[in-house]
Amino acid sequence: MSLSTMLTSMGAGMLRSCLIFFLTLLFSLPLGMGVMFLRRSRIAVVQWITKIYIAIMRGTPLMLQLLMWYFGPYYIFGWSIRGYRFTAIILGFSMNYAAYFAEIYRGGIEAIPKGQYEAAEVLGYSKVQTFFKIILPQVIKTILPSITNEIITLVKDTSLAFTLAYNEMFSLAKQIAASQTSFMPFIIAGIFYFIANYVVAFVMERIEKAMNYYN
Amino acid sequence: MILQMSGIQKSFGELEVLKDISLHVDAGEVVSIIGPSGSGKSTLLRCATFLERIDAGEIRYMDKAAVTTDGNGTAEYVHHRELNEIKRYFGLVFQQFNLFPHYSVLKNVMDAPIHVQKRSKEEVREEAMELLRKMDLENRADAYPCQLSGGQQQRVAIARALALKPSILFFDEPTSALDPELTGEVLKVIRQLAEEKMTMVVVTHEMPFARAVSNRVIFMDKGVIVEQGHPEAVFGDPQQERTKQFLRNYQR
Repeated sequence: MSLSTMLTSMGAGMLRSCLIFFLTLLFSLPLGMGVMFLRRSRIAVVQWITKIYIAIMRGTPLMLQLLMWYFGPYYIFGWSIRGYRFTAIILGFSMNYAAYFAEIYRGGIEAIPKGQYEAAEVLGYSKVQTFFKIILPQVIKTILPSITNEIITLVKDTSLAFTLAYNEMFSLAKQIAASQTSFMPFIIAGIFYFIANYVVAFVMERIEKAMNYYN
Repeated sequence: MILQMSGIQKSFGELEVLKDISLHVDAGEVVSIIGPSGSGKSTLLRCATFLERIDAGEIRYMDKAAVTTDGNGTAEYVHHRELNEIKRYFGLVFQQFNLFPHYSVLKNVMDAPIHVQKRSKEEVREEAMELLRKMDLENRADAYPCQLSGGQQQRVAIARALALKPSILFFDEPTSALDPELTGEVLKVIRQLAEEKMTMVVVTHEMPFARAVSNRVIFMDKGVIVEQGHPEAVFGDPQQERTKQFLRNYQR
């Protein structure tokens, strides 16, 4: 098998990896915000349940969580859902990353001085205005480096979708490597992840620079 | 009458910070509150501006009651929509300025009038520039707070508070976070406002300033008003032993 055939057959996998990546970000970034609000809820039960959720998401392997999302409905409830594989993958990734993002958001919010809230309150801003106009922009600036870290991890984690026999790039690389008894597919995979993360780091650095107009 | 606080009580847990304090401020008055740290003077301002909830007592602004106390002696705040209306009567300048770091100087001043009071951008911009001119900061309108000295930041904070056209302006130790060198420029601005008959309540450690600028000085200690009156009376001929002792320590 020539290099170009290898690349072409892995190409479709790369697209699937990218799809997992973008969909996970699309869902987990806002979902994490919701989880963070629940985590900071004044209602003890809500806070407590959210803490357990975060503990499970962070405390167990993502691979295991993917298996749970995919096989759980059948083994626990006896439901067999058609065409559920991709949904289970996105669910698993999004729920897991939302927990991490929630904790990053929380750290950022708790780092904002109380005086910012008090100034906004005395000036008459509503709670919603205070959050979106005053607090959130400052939070985003402080948490960007941690978010970058998490996104880079996600790029590499997409390979875990192989657990559910989804043909993303890494699964294809393994198949081709086995059938062709070649190490080349793994090298291609490595380069792919490296370049993807290089792009992520580049873009995030640009965003960080754009927010550097104040301290 | 602009502000009427009566029978204010406030505790943090076991600690009684304000014990039955009453404060009355008329239009055009400049009232200085002095006293040792922990005397409750900042808490009094924070209660007046609703940043802290009082346990008992009454707070009125102009003709509107904000807090009343029922028969059981517990404070009742009016509905928050009404409270928001009342908040328009006052402004507060903080010790730590609390400017919004991600907004330029001009946006710090303009944003609340536009987005809270829903006034037109053009009108607000003109007034904001006028205020910055008054604060001697017109050439820093596009700067960010981190690019300014503490004294400049505090003057922006004063402009930001004035932009909402409050009837009374509170200052919570406005110069305590500043180098002595920068204190003067902030006090100058407050003095200028006093000359324009702005109603103000200033919690301060700057005794000469309090003496020169205010119409009335209040000396607080341990959650009560020990003595109050004309600055010359309080500073020149204090009646209470505690006041004398405090002022002696200040003369060093």
